[in-house]
Amino acid sequence: MTNAMHEPVTFPVTREHPLDPPQDFTRWREDAPLRPMLFADGHVGWLATGYAASRAVLADPRFSNDVQVTHPPIPQRIRQQTLAKFPGFFLREDPPEHTRFRRLLTGQFTVRRMRLLEPRIEKITSDRLDAMEREGSPVDLVQSFALPIPSLVICELLGVPYSDHDRFQRDSSALLNLDNSIERAREAMESLLDYVRGLVARKREEPGDDLISGLIATGKLTDVEITGASVLMLVAGHETTANMLALGTYTLLRNPAQLAALRADPSLAEPAVEELLRYLTIVHLGPVRTATEDVEIEGRTIRAGQSVTVSLSAANRDPGRFGDPDSLDITRQATGHLAFGHGIHQCLGQQLARIEMRIGYPALLGRFPGLRLATPGEEVAMRSNMAIYGVHRLPVAW
Amino acid sequence: MRIKADTEVCIGAGMCVFTAGDVFDQDEDEGTVVVLLPEPPPDRHAAVRRAVQVCPSGALSISENA
Ligand code: SF4
Repeated sequence: MTNAMHEPVTFPVTREHPLDPPQDFTRWREDAPLRPMLFADGHVGWLATGYAASRAVLADPRFSNDVQVTHPPIPQRIRQQTLAKFPGFFLREDPPEHTRFRRLLTGQFTVRRMRLLEPRIEKITSDRLDAMEREGSPVDLVQSFALPIPSLVICELLGVPYSDHDRFQRDSSALLNLDNSIERAREAMESLLDYVRGLVARKREEPGDDLISGLIATGKLTDVEITGASVLMLVAGHETTANMLALGTYTLLRNPAQLAALRADPSLAEPAVEELLRYLTIVHLGPVRTATEDVEIEGRTIRAGQSVTVSLSAANRDPGRFGDPDSLDITRQATGHLAFGHGIHQCLGQQLARIEMRIGYPALLGRFPGLRLATPGEEVAMRSNMAIYGVHRLPVAW
Repeated sequence: MRIKADTEVCIGAGMCVFTAGDVFDQDEDEGTVVVLLPEPPPDRHAAVRRAVQVCPSGALSISENA
């Protein structure tokens, strides 16, 4: 397949419209949902843009997620690859190591346990809304609402003192800013590891009623592994839901009919959350997997050693799976989207994220019926340079 | 309809409980799937099929006429 149509492409990162994936994806997906792609280090692998192809890659045990065998899809990822190798970073490991960690953690993140957290999340949310009211209009929704809620929740769950949040929020965002140098990112990572290492040592002396203490109590992980896994959860718990809350609000404010529908009927919160997850797909740069043997998908052969970048954003806009995919429709059945990934690495914290959003959006809209953007929508700076998409700041008034 | 669940394969993502909470639950310790209704009543079949479809690990399967 060396015809011009299937010359290797490079992964597009520039968006023509802030809420839509780059337009190249659409053309490529129609033409070939799995096509050759040139990686940042010169490797020729594949790009999956179709829903079925993406799911097939992510679910197939013949693909590895080990950082050491994957190629960087974009130059900035070279940096991340060098950082993502530390004990306990089970996201970038394969079974059986991955399974060992995942098993110890899933019991903590069951749907039932997450539901037990609901009253606490409701309280945290309404406290933040009170604080916003006291601050007075306008405020930056990111700093006043979207970031503190998931941050408080993940801190409570892990047993991390929230009073230290300045420190790890700064480190966490330095780590995810793709414009930062390797040195800066490594510093941030060291700082996070240092901080959590101290915490784990303290909890070994004086256990609490939290997840880190629970992991220590299993006796099945070393402190180094617990530290690594906790850093992973702390970072993952911060930026993802925070960006969904802020970017989701921005999106609703720019889609007044959808906003009005949700406001009129809070029971739409559940499908609205799924639809916003699908439509926005904030993990916009795509996971990468590497074939450990030759694998046939959609008539193409991916050779052993070749990497595949999966564009979750493109897959979630596949018209073959979601009708009229580029329009936001909070009443559609969007479950089955790939915003949390798919396969054995699918997001561990997804049920927690869902609850935070299902409580967060309606509470915000309910408290401030006149909520509106305080700057023109086009002037809101998007997080194109971050591993997780979203808005840097969201000035809102009411 | 009969549901089969492979807890060795299951990764505890809870999508089945999320989709059909009256049919599936999760183990308290490992978070792996527990089938509450191995032979769900007909009015739950659609939800069960959806759960099988969204399960990220392929741990669930159904046989229709067992
Ligand atoms: S959806 Fe699949 S992987 Fe997740 S808990 Fe249910 S059976 Fe296990």
